[in-house]
Amino acid sequence: MAEVALRQVVKKYGDVEAVRAIDLDIPNNEFVVLVGPSGCGKSTTLRMIAGLEEITSGDISIGGQVVNDLPPKDRDIAMVFQNYALYPHMTAFDNMAFGLKLRKFSKAEIKQRVEHAARILDITELLDRRPKALSGGQRQRVAMGRAIVRNPKVFLFDEPLSNLDAKLRVQMRTEIKRVHQKVKTTTVYVTHDQVEAMTLADRVVVMSQGRIEQIGTPHELYHHPRTRFVAGFIGSPAMNFIPCRLEQAGSGLRARVSDTIALPVPSSREARYRSVVGKEVVLGLRPEHITEPRHNGRADGCDFDVTLDVVEPMGMETMVFFTINGTEFCSRVEPSSAGDAGAKMRLHANVDHMHLIDPASGAVI
Amino acid sequence: MSTATLVLPTGKTAPTRSSLRRSRRWALFASYFFLILFAIFFLMPPYYMVVTALKSDAEMARLATNPWFIFDGVTLDQFRILLTQTDFLIFFKNTVIVTVCVVAITMVISVLAAFALGRMRFWGSSILATGIFLTYLVPDTLLFIPMFQIVKSIGLLNSYWGMVLVYPTLTVPFCTWIMIGYFQSIPKELDEAALIDGAGHMQMLLKIFIPVALPGIIAAMIFAFTVSWAAFVYPMAFLYSSDQQVLTVGTVTSLIRGDVYKWGMLMAGALLAAAPPLVIYAFLMDYYIAGLTAGATKG
Repeated sequence: MAEVALRQVVKKYGDVEAVRAIDLDIPNNEFVVLVGPSGCGKSTTLRMIAGLEEITSGDISIGGQVVNDLPPKDRDIAMVFQNYALYPHMTAFDNMAFGLKLRKFSKAEIKQRVEHAARILDITELLDRRPKALSGGQRQRVAMGRAIVRNPKVFLFDEPLSNLDAKLRVQMRTEIKRVHQKVKTTTVYVTHDQVEAMTLADRVVVMSQGRIEQIGTPHELYHHPRTRFVAGFIGSPAMNFIPCRLEQAGSGLRARVSDTIALPVPSSREARYRSVVGKEVVLGLRPEHITEPRHNGRADGCDFDVTLDVVEPMGMETMVFFTINGTEFCSRVEPSSAGDAGAKMRLHANVDHMHLIDPASGAVI
Repeated sequence: MSTATLVLPTGKTAPTRSSLRRSRRWALFASYFFLILFAIFFLMPPYYMVVTALKSDAEMARLATNPWFIFDGVTLDQFRILLTQTDFLIFFKNTVIVTVCVVAITMVISVLAAFALGRMRFWGSSILATGIFLTYLVPDTLLFIPMFQIVKSIGLLNSYWGMVLVYPTLTVPFCTWIMIGYFQSIPKELDEAALIDGAGHMQMLLKIFIPVALPGIIAAMIFAFTVSWAAFVYPMAFLYSSDQQVLTVGTVTSLIRGDVYKWGMLMAGALLAAAPPLVIYAFLMDYYIAGLTAGATKG
């Protein structure tokens, strides 16, 4: 177990900069998830920590030791791959024991460690099977077992659940979290799925175009995104964005979205937004913060009427889609309150959760 | 779907089904027809060899009988004389020695070369891989004159050890090429996993790549075996005394004297010479098909 630190790490492929000078500190025992769209450099970062890619410049240290020039086997890390990468000619037991055999552990020690890992992962009955005779989920467990038996300083996961079907993915997600709570090894986990990131991580690192956009707990990223990218990436369905103008209304401020809709800015935010009064900004509001009116008829200026384009019942809630000024919006409402497509509906914006974004820099104000 | 059609034999599905069945029957019929034709065509020469090898010289000399059948009774005389009164066993021994050595040398060189060229990316590796394949395209009938000079200069003319040196020029390029393809089909994550598990390149090759690529290795071995067992041009050019001769050339040169063809023994010798490849093919073919790589990754 150890902490991992990245200092100004750069990776270039020819002229293309895949990773641009990132800094990241991962304390001991923490579960960190690197998340971002494909091509954002998250897998490259993971592979550089693993030693499978050389770094162009910067420093990577594991447990206080700079490992830039160490081969993967000397970094004391274990990795779980997206396609499992089990050795097809070996049984599950031998797959898990391979690393230990190469490191010259005694037979008894190997047996004890493999059986311990098998118990954690509930695969004791599968140990004498070859990968061919295992299902996708079982293969993934064996791959995790191979990582656990080594008792490494750091676990690295490279999109380990992408090859599983939706139901199994949720199950294995819980499994990974459970395993981490048991073995508590520092973990770096790469995924493009923000739900996986939110559910698993102690801290999430959102990456885009080779840069770190924001590092924070799932709660921080959800409630206090620092950039438009993070605001739009975290949360499903994604946050709604619409251009608006911030205008003075008496003593308060209003965000004018259209000729008929102007949302009052909560007084607690007025000081923060004072500098952009009169300017064009982008308003961000999550679907879950646009609902049917729930304030017992006490109008506060946040209600507005729309015509529904599409209605998607989900069971416990209903997604309704509509457009304001040509921008598509999504909102989550009570199933009973949603009309049919084409119907008019009154909605309420929960402005306490609004974000204003500077359109030029993409930064949340 | 078939149960649905059985339960509801509507007017629409019935004709489709029977026409499907009819076209399938035609396809089967046509394929059987051509397969049988093909089998007859290729089994004719071996059959003729067997028949001839089991005849007496006297029967062969009698031109009145049909050569496709045995009339005067089956005899093993041809085999007995071949094995006891000719150098056939020496040729056989020489061929076995040459072939075993060539297969061993070929596999060591081409597995190592293919691993390096296929997996360890280095500057010029792909050009080198293509270059190796191109050398295979130069026919041995073109190469044997310069080869003669080389073999002679190192004093291995008229020695089957010269063959051990020369045959790999035919087998190594092709086997390397097969193995490169095979190694490249093994997912990259497998060596990365081995690398993280602590394997060096040699351990990775021995413990992961060779077992996983076994079907490919066996295919390459069969190829090397066949080439070296059946080589004709090189021994014809480089070997002239019968204690150094190999089967292909030896059988022919010792059993054809001037215009006297010992047909019975020639056929018996050809049959015995063809036996080892036959046995090896029969036993190792299964390995070809064994899908060992299945299950390595998501499949």
